[in-house]
Amino acid sequence: MSDSARHEALIDALGAELTPVRRLPPPWRRALGWLLVVAAAAVVMFMRYGASTMLHRWGAAPDLGVAAGGAVVTAITAALASFMLAVPGRSAAWAWLPLPSALLWIGSSGLGCLRAHIPGMPLMGWHGANDCLVFILSFSIPLSGLMIWLLRRACPLRPVLTAVLVGMASAAASACLLEICHNFDATASDLLMHALAVAIVIGANALMGGRLLLKS
Amino acid sequence: MPATSSLTFDGPWVLLSRPSSWRLDSDKAVPTEIPSASEQADRQRAAWMAAAQAGDQRAYTRVLNDSVALIRAVARRQGVAVDALDDVVQETLFTVHRVRHTYDPLRSYDAWLSAIAARRAIDLLRSHGRREQREVHDEFALDTHADREDASAGTERAQDALLLRKAIETLPPGQREAVEQLGLKERSLAEAAQSTGRNTGALKVNLHRALKTLRDRLHGES
Repeated sequence: MSDSARHEALIDALGAELTPVRRLPPPWRRALGWLLVVAAAAVVMFMRYGASTMLHRWGAAPDLGVAAGGAVVTAITAALASFMLAVPGRSAAWAWLPLPSALLWIGSSGLGCLRAHIPGMPLMGWHGANDCLVFILSFSIPLSGLMIWLLRRACPLRPVLTAVLVGMASAAASACLLEICHNFDATASDLLMHALAVAIVIGANALMGGRLLLKS
Repeated sequence: MPATSSLTFDGPWVLLSRPSSWRLDSDKAVPTEIPSASEQADRQRAAWMAAAQAGDQRAYTRVLNDSVALIRAVARRQGVAVDALDDVVQETLFTVHRVRHTYDPLRSYDAWLSAIAARRAIDLLRSHGRREQREVHDEFALDTHADREDASAGTERAQDALLLRKAIETLPPGQREAVEQLGLKERSLAEAAQSTGRNTGALKVNLHRALKTLRDRLHGES
């Protein structure tokens, strides 16, 4: 069979089994759906812990508020970028979108360790920092899983890059949620654990999420 | 035609690749000059694909037939050898079929198709690269030591056949059936369709999928 005949035969066969399909909603709407799940988790945590401790920390040390703002924007932009990259034909430049806010998040968190401590606010030891690690990992796993499940319905042609963004969005969203109940001033050990948690989440997504998206 | 009605945001550095005859007016794109022939062709394909998403078989056949030349051009640009271009075409057509729901008729069909074709071309190049790394070419050895003198050739063939049989057994039922009917029993499509009760189109698609799965498994790329 010649190549053009092979193509014609395949096209006929694909045409014969054609069924109507439900078009994929726009990436921004799919990202919004995922962010709503994060927002629902935040509402539950606000109901449990309230906002006063968080607002007190931010009032006493604005750098903590800036870092939290950076994490929120990183979660939003990384989620949007990953849903964009999952659609063929979208620019790979979307992957850069979360970078500025991620730098703001990381930079402000680092600066928090250099200033004077907030009066009356406890400092976190290694044990408490471990709790932060567990918290970020515990929230990141279901959030990453949900996003990968949503992305598998699309067609991520750059699976590893998309999975890295999934990891970044999940880790940033988890760090935002942690902020609600994080009743401690910034310390080097705390920052180190946060950074370690974020690195684990992004690395695990790149490794496993990339494979899961490759099979989609 | 839907493709001309509006456009959506394309990337953080938007619109650099937007066709020159389109401009953004708030969130709507308005044609400002007569579109070029290639843009008109792109819009036609976009309209066909939109109809195909709604189940129009005729439009689907047209858009796929129209896509073959573009897929070959993209694969060529990626550095795929001429004799392998048609493999990229087949794989791309399959992917297009599988992910046709991801196409947004407000955007360029050619850009969507080109992204898929480029990825399939890269996959093929990587797969060939891996195969070449595993295989050793020694023309002198091949000339001086024919297969018939190799005592292990028969055993290797038997092992290969066993591996193939096992791989066929692990295929999904529809694909296994297509391989058995069309490949092993060498029946015609009509005979196989009569024997299995499936239509010929489904048998052809199942056979193609089965061959791809077997190729991937036997080359360790699954």
